[in-house]
Amino acid sequence: MSILLNKKTKLLVHGFTGAQGSFHAQQCLDYGSAVVGGVTPGKGGTRHLGLPVFNTARDAVKATGANASLIFVPPPFAADSILEAAAAGIAVIICITEGIPVLDMVRVKKRLNAMRAAGGAVALVGPNCPGVITPGECKAGIMPGYIHKKGCVGVVSRSGTLTYEAVWQVTSQGLGQSTVVGIGGDPVQGLNFVDTLRLFQADKQTEAVIMIGEIGGAAEEDAARYIKAEMTKPVFCFVAGKTAPPGRRMGHAGAIVEGKSGTHASKVEALKKAGAVVVDNLSEIGAAVAAGIKPGTKAKAARK
Amino acid sequence: MKLLEYEGKEIFGAAGIPLLRRFGVLKLGDNPEALKLDGPGPWVVKAQVLAGGRGKAGGVKLAKTPAEARDLAGKMLGMRMITHQTQGKALTVQEVLVEEACAVDREMYVSVVLDRKEACPVVIASAEGGMSIEELAHSHPEKILKVAVDPEAGLLDFQARQLAFDLNIPKVNFCAFTVFAQNLVKVFMNCDASLVEVNPLAITKDGRLLALDAKIVTDDNALFRHKDQAARPDHEASEIEKEAKNIGINYIGLDGDIGCMVNGAGLAMATLDTVKMAGGDAANFLDVGGGATVEQITRAFQIILKDAKVKAVLVNIFGGIMKCDNIASGVVEASKNVKINVPLIVRLEGTNVKEGREILARSGLKLQQAGSLWEAAQKAVAAAK
Repeated sequence: MSILLNKKTKLLVHGFTGAQGSFHAQQCLDYGSAVVGGVTPGKGGTRHLGLPVFNTARDAVKATGANASLIFVPPPFAADSILEAAAAGIAVIICITEGIPVLDMVRVKKRLNAMRAAGGAVALVGPNCPGVITPGECKAGIMPGYIHKKGCVGVVSRSGTLTYEAVWQVTSQGLGQSTVVGIGGDPVQGLNFVDTLRLFQADKQTEAVIMIGEIGGAAEEDAARYIKAEMTKPVFCFVAGKTAPPGRRMGHAGAIVEGKSGTHASKVEALKKAGAVVVDNLSEIGAAVAAGIKPGTKAKAARK
Repeated sequence: MKLLEYEGKEIFGAAGIPLLRRFGVLKLGDNPEALKLDGPGPWVVKAQVLAGGRGKAGGVKLAKTPAEARDLAGKMLGMRMITHQTQGKALTVQEVLVEEACAVDREMYVSVVLDRKEACPVVIASAEGGMSIEELAHSHPEKILKVAVDPEAGLLDFQARQLAFDLNIPKVNFCAFTVFAQNLVKVFMNCDASLVEVNPLAITKDGRLLALDAKIVTDDNALFRHKDQAARPDHEASEIEKEAKNIGINYIGLDGDIGCMVNGAGLAMATLDTVKMAGGDAANFLDVGGGATVEQITRAFQIILKDAKVKAVLVNIFGGIMKCDNIASGVVEASKNVKINVPLIVRLEGTNVKEGREILARSGLKLQQAGSLWEAAQKAVAAAK
């Protein structure tokens, strides 16, 4: 088991024929992901990277049975692509695009929530994220595949390269990952920490979780409440931005301390109180997980 | 992007939000005598800086005569101001706004912000305005009203009425208030704002409802559909920050002496934290982005080294999209174009890391390589001492 993606995932790439879409679709194919085609309006009927191109997501789903979408569409049009994928019945939508206006995402969330309320099963990951990977099964994103290894540690993060850093440390410890989810650095996003932790908690393959947070918003505080109330698996955390000046947007649109909310101290305190292990030094997160996973479990076997 | 009060008021005025009469904005170097003031007065002279707490810092002054208003405006321009929101740094007053003064009977607080958790705009209001809303939220959370707004429908009539009743708006101002509240939400939506704040919203002694201040923060991601906003100067960014932005590099100047070049915002933040933990202070936040080219890295070095405080440069790249050999070539190429006369510490990890490290080792450049971020931070701190 794993979460969100597995061997049965059939991946559709939106913005397939663009530079980013082409490059990363090829990388996903090389990793072994089942990319079944792409969507580029106006280029339907042609082939790209040896795969069919469709004008609409609806046509693509009909022809290929795609069940996951990977979106590289430029910011002004990306919100629309998310909704197009959802309307076509795609269950897992991963949006890589950085720079989508926040109010566009507010409108997207409203519609996705309405679809879910009506019984639809649709999960959005991102935007402004590195994507999702289930090592050895499916890579849907821009992360370097080779740093990952199949294993028992679930990873969820608001940042891209920071995730790679944590994943690499886990792999270097001889452990591996069940699924790695980049939820993205935007203020309004699809899956949040709590949603992802809930999936990991229910996943048999996952024995421990690494959660990489950063300043801004209250997602880490919400996660802390969930960890305390329902999580039985150990959670290891790092929160970036301890030294960031307040009021400045630190690269990610969501990484900003506004007034007294979203501070590093408040997040770390909440997580520690909830029983999570919080490392101050990023370079120690891999070792902390290795030390914290109970001996006698599958993790030990993985270390051999 | 944060807008100055007078820029916000231009937008408010166009949206039908009631304001005091404005007589003009003077910029540093303008002659205050050029200010045309009519009417009976008094006038108020307001420093246009991006920080709250201006009044206490001498940035809001009342003038009884036109001569006094011009005199105050002249003195305020160029003044250096420290308020509780400037983190101890002084801001230079570049512009002042002169407007009609009024006698205030009641002050309230109204803003529209994005509720990240609920993913919708929310109106926040309090019958007690004019002071720090954050302090009030802390000491008397029950005095803060919150109304969630549908992003497509805006503030509904009944919601506006509810707010008016909850704020005890007098009958004579009731309609003006509901229209104001709905217009404020429209401003938020139409500008792609992340914050629109009126503090205070006043009822004057002569019975008018007026927005006495205006604070608007817009979403940088939406600038592509707001050409007018995109054309405005960014008052918050320093010259180096603006230059970096123009070439697609995310740079924020800080107070330390270790220049940092990192890919990814999260890793860049974590790098600053690690430098601090190693006993140093970073000179900047710099995210070179995912698809940085040799040219981009050259420019990033140029930008980092423009800061005279920089005593060492730490490059921390986890190659995913950007491969380590390309980064290494970029560093080598950049060092040919830019004179790097401070110690350089490079930590590469990720795709093609072996090739990358070899390129650096063979380059003949004077640099130290590090295996982990922690090692790199320690080396950089030692080198800067």
